[in-house]
Amino acid sequence: MEPLVDVRDLHFQYDDGTVALDGLNFRLFHGETVAVFGANGSGKTTFVLHLNGLLTGQGAVSVCGMPVERKTLARVRQKIGLVFQDSDNQLFMPTVIEDVAFGPLNLGLDRDEAQARAHAALDEVGMAHVSGKAPYHLSAGEKKRVAIAGILAMRPEILVLDEPTTFLDPPGQTALLELLDRLPQAKILVTHDVDCARVLANRAVFFDKGRIAGEGSVEEVIARFHWDRTPLKRSASSRS
Amino acid sequence: MHHVVLDRWSRGASVIHRRDARAKTVATLMFLVALATAHRSFLTVGLGYFAILVAVMIAARLPLGAALARAAVVLPFTAVFAVISLAAGEPLAAMALVEKSYLSALAVLVLLSTTPLPELLHGLEHMGVPRYLLMVVQFLYRYLFVISEEAQHMRAAAQAKSASMRRVLFDRSKFGAAAGALGVLFARSYAHADGIHQAMLARGFQDRFRTLSRHAFRRADAVFVMAAVVLLAGARFFAEVWI
Amino acid sequence: MHIPDGFLATPVWAALDITAAPAVGYLARRAQRGLQQSKVPLLGVMGAFVFAAQMINFPVGLGTSGHLVGAALLAYTLGPAAAGVVLTAILTVQALVFQDGGVLALGANVTNMAIMGMLAGYLPFHLWGTGRWRRQAIFLGGFLSVLTSAVLALSELLLSGVAMPAAVLRISFGLFAVSAVLEGAITLAIMQALESINPDFVRKPQLNGGRVLGGVGLAAMFLAVVGVAFASTHPDGIWKLAGETGIASHAKALLAAPLADYQLDVLHSIWLRKAGAGLAGVTLIYGACILCGRLLARQRGA
Repeated sequence: MEPLVDVRDLHFQYDDGTVALDGLNFRLFHGETVAVFGANGSGKTTFVLHLNGLLTGQGAVSVCGMPVERKTLARVRQKIGLVFQDSDNQLFMPTVIEDVAFGPLNLGLDRDEAQARAHAALDEVGMAHVSGKAPYHLSAGEKKRVAIAGILAMRPEILVLDEPTTFLDPPGQTALLELLDRLPQAKILVTHDVDCARVLANRAVFFDKGRIAGEGSVEEVIARFHWDRTPLKRSASSRS
Repeated sequence: MHHVVLDRWSRGASVIHRRDARAKTVATLMFLVALATAHRSFLTVGLGYFAILVAVMIAARLPLGAALARAAVVLPFTAVFAVISLAAGEPLAAMALVEKSYLSALAVLVLLSTTPLPELLHGLEHMGVPRYLLMVVQFLYRYLFVISEEAQHMRAAAQAKSASMRRVLFDRSKFGAAAGALGVLFARSYAHADGIHQAMLARGFQDRFRTLSRHAFRRADAVFVMAAVVLLAGARFFAEVWI
Repeated sequence: MHIPDGFLATPVWAALDITAAPAVGYLARRAQRGLQQSKVPLLGVMGAFVFAAQMINFPVGLGTSGHLVGAALLAYTLGPAAAGVVLTAILTVQALVFQDGGVLALGANVTNMAIMGMLAGYLPFHLWGTGRWRRQAIFLGGFLSVLTSAVLALSELLLSGVAMPAAVLRISFGLFAVSAVLEGAITLAIMQALESINPDFVRKPQLNGGRVLGGVGLAAMFLAVVGVAFASTHPDGIWKLAGETGIASHAKALLAAPLADYQLDVLHSIWLRKAGAGLAGVTLIYGACILCGRLLARQRGA
C-alpha cells in the first residue's frame, strides 16, 4: 500500500546554524493515527512545517503520492491540513464563518459553495451556532473546534495536529478527543499529552535530535523512553 | 474595555443594524460635515442634531445612558480648550467646541455600535478606500484583542514585581524594566504575525485575500440615506432661515 | 494629541483630508512593493502592538508616567512606508472605535503623526543610524516625531481660530518638549531591548530609494523648527493669525469656520498671506516629492 505521507532522509538547518532535522524517515498510511513524541527542540514542529512546504530542507517529502515542491504546493496544502497550537493565530478572519470559508475560497470555490462547505464543516465539529461570532468571543475549546472546521472545510485526507489539547480545560480536552476520534482522516498527532495519544493513536514515534530514535505502539514508546509523568515522592510536610 | 462593548452592541438586531454599511457611512459623514460647517446660533441647532442622534439610538435599541456616557471620552481634551476659550472671553466659542466635538464623537459611536467594524471596512472598500489599508485595519482590530490581553498580563506581572520598591524620583531600573517588557511584547507580536502567516499559507493562501461577505444595497438603504439628506438639509435650512 | 472633530475650520480639515489621502495611497503602494499582501498580518499585528504598548507605563518620577507613541519605533522596525500605513491604520481605529480623534479630522491627524511625524522621526535614523551616533540618532528620532506632530497639530488649531493666548502656547511647548524627550528615551530603551532579543527586528537604514521619504522628513522637520521659532518669538502674531483665518472662512458663508462669528476683522494682513504661503509650500514640496518618487519608480521599472 502506498503511504499517504512519505518522508525520506530529510535534513534541515536553520539560518543560525541549528540542525533541526538530521536524516529523518517517516511514513503514514491510510487509517492510521501516529503520535509524535519528543522533547522540546527535538525537531517535531520543524518536521510538521515540512509536510506542506512551509519549510523546505534536503531530502524527499511526498504527500498522497505528490512530491512536495513549488508546483504541487496548492494541491498538497489541500490534502494535508495543519491545526496549529495557537488557535488565535489560526483564526485570523473577523468572523467564524469567514474564517472557515477562507480555505475553500483559496481553493477557488465560488462564494456560495465556500459558504456551504464552511457551514457543513462547522456542523461536523458542533460549532454551527457560533458561525456569526467573532473569534475573540469564543472559549479556548470552541476556538480549537473552529480551527479544525477551517481545515475540514478543505476536505483534506490527512490531519496534522500540533499540541491540540494545550490551553483546554479537562472537559474541553475530553470533548476534543471525542471529536478527533470520530474524524475518519489519517492523523499525525504532535503532543506531550500521553493520555491523548493513548486514546487516539495506534502507533507512536519518538523524536530525538532531529531523527526518529524509536517507534512502535504507543505504550512501547512511552515505556522505552520513560515518556510518562512519574508519581512524585512527596514529603510528609507537603502532604498536610 | 471600550472596543469590546462596542463590538457587542454592533452585533445587535434592529432596523438600523440591518442597514447597509455604506448607507450608514454616508449618513454619518453627512452628519459630521453638517455639524462641522454649522455656525449660527449653535445651541439650538445643536439640540436638533442631538435629537436626531438620540432618535437613531432609540431605533437601534442601544442603551442610551451608557452610549451617551461613552461618547464623553472626548470631553477631557475638549474641556482644556473650552476653558482657555472661556478665559479668553469667548464663551460661545467654548460652547461650540464642546457641543461639536461631543456630537461628532457620538455620531461615530452610533455608527460603530450599529455596524460591526469588519462590515464597515467592507463597505469602505466598496466606496474606494484602498484594500491594503483596510486589511491592515482588519488585522489590527482582530489582534488588538489578543495582544492587549498579553500586555495586561505583563502589566500585572510588572506591578506585582515593583510594588515593594516604590521610589519617588526617577528610577532607571523600572524604566528599563518597562522597556524590556515592551521588547518581549514586540517579539511575541512578531511571533504571532509569523504564526498567522503560516496558518494562511497552510490553508492555500496565494497572495490575495478572498472574502465571503457580499453587500446588497436595498431600497430601505436608499430610503435611509434620503431620509438623512432631507433631515440634515432641513435642519440646516431651518437654522439658516429662521434662527 | 489627536484632534477631535469640531476643532478645525472647514478649509483646514478639508485641505488636510485631500493631502493625506494620496499620501497614504502612495505609502500603501510603496509598502506593498517591499512587503507583499502576505505581510498584511505583520502590519496589523504591529499596529495592535503599538495600541497595547500604550497600556505599559514608563515611570518618570514624581508619580507621573508616560507611554510609547511609537511612530519612530515603527519606522525603525518596519521601514517608513509600512510604518506610515500601520500608523494610519492605528489612527483610523482610534477615530472609529475609540472616538479618539475625529473622522473628518483624520486627514489632519494622519498628516501630523503618520506622515510628517513619522518621517521626521525616521530622518535621523536614516542619516546616522549605522554610524557612531546611532544611539543619539534613535533618541533624536523619537524626540522629533512627537515634537513635529504636536507642533503641526497646534498650528492647525491656531489656523482654525481656536483661542490660545501666548501664555498657554508657551506652556504647551514646554509640555511638548517634555513628552518629546520622553518618547526619545522610551524609543531608545525599547530599541536596545529589541536588539538584545533579536537584531533582525531592526531594519538597517536603506540608502537607496529612501530619498523621497527623506526629503519629506526633512521638510516636516523644517516646518516644525520654523513653527517653534515662530511661536516662541511671535506668540502675539499667532494670536492675531487665529483671528484672521476665522474671518477668511467667514467670507464663505456656508463653509464657515466653527467660530466664524466671534472673530476680529483684520482680513488683509501679512500673517494671513504668510500662513497661506506656508500651506501652499507644504503642498508643493509634498507634490514634488510624490512626482519625483513616481518618476524614479518609472525609471527603475523601465
